[in-house]
Amino acid sequence: MKLWSFHGGLPSLAEHKNESVNLPIEVAPIPKTLTYPLGQHIGNAAKPLVQVGDKVLRGQKIAAAQGVVSAPIHAASSGTVSKIADHLIPHPSGFSAPSITIETDGLDAETDYTPHADFQQLTAPQLVDIVREAGIVGLGGAAFPTAIKLNTQSKAVDIDTLILNGAECEPYISCDDRLLKERASRIIEGIEILLHMLGAKRAILAVEDNSPDTFSSIQEAINSNNNQAINATQIPTIYPTGGEKQLIQTLTGKEVPSGKIPADIGIVSINVGTVYAIQQAVIEGKPLTSRIITVTGEGVNKPHNLEVRIGTYISALIDVCHGYTKQAERLVMGGPMMGFALSSDSIPVVKATNCILVASQHEVITEKQAMPCIRCGLCASACPVSLSPQQLYWFSRSDQLDKAAQLNLSDCIECGCCDVVCPSHIPLAQHFRYAKSALKVQNHEKQLSNIARERFEAREERLARDKAERAERSRKKKAALKNKPAKEEIDAAVSRSKTKKNSIHNED
Amino acid sequence: MQFLTSSAPFIAPQNSVQKMMLWVLIALMPGIITMVWQFGYGVLANIIICVSTALITEAIMLRLRGRALGPALSDLSAVVTAVLLALALPTLAPWWIPFIGTFIAIVIAKHLYGGLGYNPFNPAMVAFAILMVSFPKSMTVWALPHSLLPTGISFSDIVAIVLDQQPKQTLIDAITAATPLDEMKTQLGLNQTVEEIRASSIFASLSGRGWQWVSIAFLLGGLILLFKRIISWQIPVGLLAGLFTISFAFYLLEPSVTPSPLFHLLSGGAMLGAFFIATDPVTAATTPKGRFIYGVLIGLLTYIIRTWGGYPEGIAFAVILINMAVPLIDYYTPPRTYGHK
Repeated sequence: MKLWSFHGGLPSLAEHKNESVNLPIEVAPIPKTLTYPLGQHIGNAAKPLVQVGDKVLRGQKIAAAQGVVSAPIHAASSGTVSKIADHLIPHPSGFSAPSITIETDGLDAETDYTPHADFQQLTAPQLVDIVREAGIVGLGGAAFPTAIKLNTQSKAVDIDTLILNGAECEPYISCDDRLLKERASRIIEGIEILLHMLGAKRAILAVEDNSPDTFSSIQEAINSNNNQAINATQIPTIYPTGGEKQLIQTLTGKEVPSGKIPADIGIVSINVGTVYAIQQAVIEGKPLTSRIITVTGEGVNKPHNLEVRIGTYISALIDVCHGYTKQAERLVMGGPMMGFALSSDSIPVVKATNCILVASQHEVITEKQAMPCIRCGLCASACPVSLSPQQLYWFSRSDQLDKAAQLNLSDCIECGCCDVVCPSHIPLAQHFRYAKSALKVQNHEKQLSNIARERFEAREERLARDKAERAERSRKKKAALKNKPAKEEIDAAVSRSKTKKNSIHNED
Repeated sequence: MQFLTSSAPFIAPQNSVQKMMLWVLIALMPGIITMVWQFGYGVLANIIICVSTALITEAIMLRLRGRALGPALSDLSAVVTAVLLALALPTLAPWWIPFIGTFIAIVIAKHLYGGLGYNPFNPAMVAFAILMVSFPKSMTVWALPHSLLPTGISFSDIVAIVLDQQPKQTLIDAITAATPLDEMKTQLGLNQTVEEIRASSIFASLSGRGWQWVSIAFLLGGLILLFKRIISWQIPVGLLAGLFTISFAFYLLEPSVTPSPLFHLLSGGAMLGAFFIATDPVTAATTPKGRFIYGVLIGLLTYIIRTWGGYPEGIAFAVILINMAVPLIDYYTPPRTYGHK
């Protein structure tokens, strides 16, 4: 298969896959407590369907989607709802947010599922509904509700290509790799479901070329399935080739236009973990209640690839990995390039959690001494979306957000490549994350002030119109008054009254 | 358990300013060794005076500006500026030439503009240009290459000249001469043909005697920088292509009174300028397209100054003038962002 390349990237980033890539997936034990932040996906937070004291079953929906961009949440084991309150959530700023907490009973009693082994009989909207009701979101880390991505009926462009993203480009993470290695045939079945739903002509499953075993197990599964529309391909291991835009460029040579989504150019791209969840939801009728998570780094005694019930505390996963080592320094959710550090392990894993990295002091940089930018341009040559980070840095540092926006700040994918190559050790990605959110706030405020201005202007216009109308009315009235008693008439009346008076006089 | 937090990426940077500057110094080695071999130990005297002045003035300026000394001194940027200036200076110069030059480079051209990263003009070239304008006589005293000095230059002679102990004019006349570029310009002005001029012993098969090997050594050093990705190809290729194209065009028109393109490329500071001076990241254009344009413009301007200007060598003035155009060049050559037309 012909491959293209994307600009920049980090070809020589240390992969750190060996720590965990050969460890088979193990199922983590049922934890005592499960906690579900209601907003663990992009969009509106889910709305609780249970109350404190309610008994719940595994697979039972405990919170419903609110609005279109949202996703329901399901309990991952049976037990009792013990709390619906604010709880620490996995967030870079250490926020708390409304969450449902369940004390498990250890029975793991399941609710009844409705399997659809004959998915071919179902229509696309029916399948989209199943995916939506199963609470499936992008498991690659973005957590965007998958049903919206798959609801392509209304799109002007037909979906031509389905891309399955198995390019796990972040260092340390091996959950997708293990899933592909161990459950390839189910993923292929999931791809068939997606092809049927989308009406796409072809599916390309892409993995990095650093894992030939995985590739051959995928090839085997494809061969035994014998679906001509499904192809697997190996792509060069260059961070961030697993980024959606970079993967699309690598596989098709096409760029997703700025501000558009892949479906606008006839492409849908789905993470392989998500495909597995879709297969489970359709074929077995099981909602999304667990996922594969890599727990790794020199900060844990025994790295693991775990099948984890969503809602499990990180501390419980660390126990499975035989606890922390003395070197444990940073607790990172996600990979070392785009993940975020957590201040506590009393935080549950969510649908988007693909990795818990407990890094030692020499695995991570704990303090960076930033020096002045020397304009060397290494950041620009590493940028996978061809931005000019050194200029963006200049503008974002001085809060000239408009200028940063002109230089396409909002196209930044926050991959961190610029940061890693910067010889002056400037935390560029952090600057851009800040500037992007500040820009969003600014745009939002601009929108609000535009609305306010429009209302003000409309009011002014209305007042002016009223005034003009009033003026017009009084002018007309005046004119009418002026016009009506014409001079002659008045004169005539005066002379009439005079003659009358005179005649009276004369009568006297 | 509780943890400290910081923000992604958590991976240690792959690079540092110090490392980049160190590679520049390493890549200068072939050129420095060749210069010592061809022109004697005067080069080393320049380097020693420039580097020590640079470190002292850098420390004083940092202190005056209330900045930490450690990180700025150890980034080696002042050392690179000093060495580049030292290599551009005449190989036999009284001590105050490198001293004043380095003072100008570090104090005026670098720190008064805000220090590393903020200076719009290449500090070494600003210093060179000011020295050239202020002390034209001292700046044209170049040692003869060793092949033209059968007895070599004695150590005590070098010490005498460097310490400015007014050595006998006969001594200076015996061991120094005009540079090949200078000689070429002067003689062309006297209506000599290139062929006649190049019969002089200070010329060799490619360009100037001694100079040609120094140029080739800097070219080799430059290739190290390219290979190590310390510099990008656009600036040196643009500069050399610009210089080659314009000199080739005029060479085709009037070959008898125009030095060959090869002569231009291997004379004076063309190679040092293309790979080490114009590529100073702080003062160069930053976009890929912009860097090529920047290089080409310096190449063209260098030829124009060498051929029709008042000075035999034009690299320094060309670099400073095109430094001024950098914001404009960058503004008009932004890279095309992914997903944009």
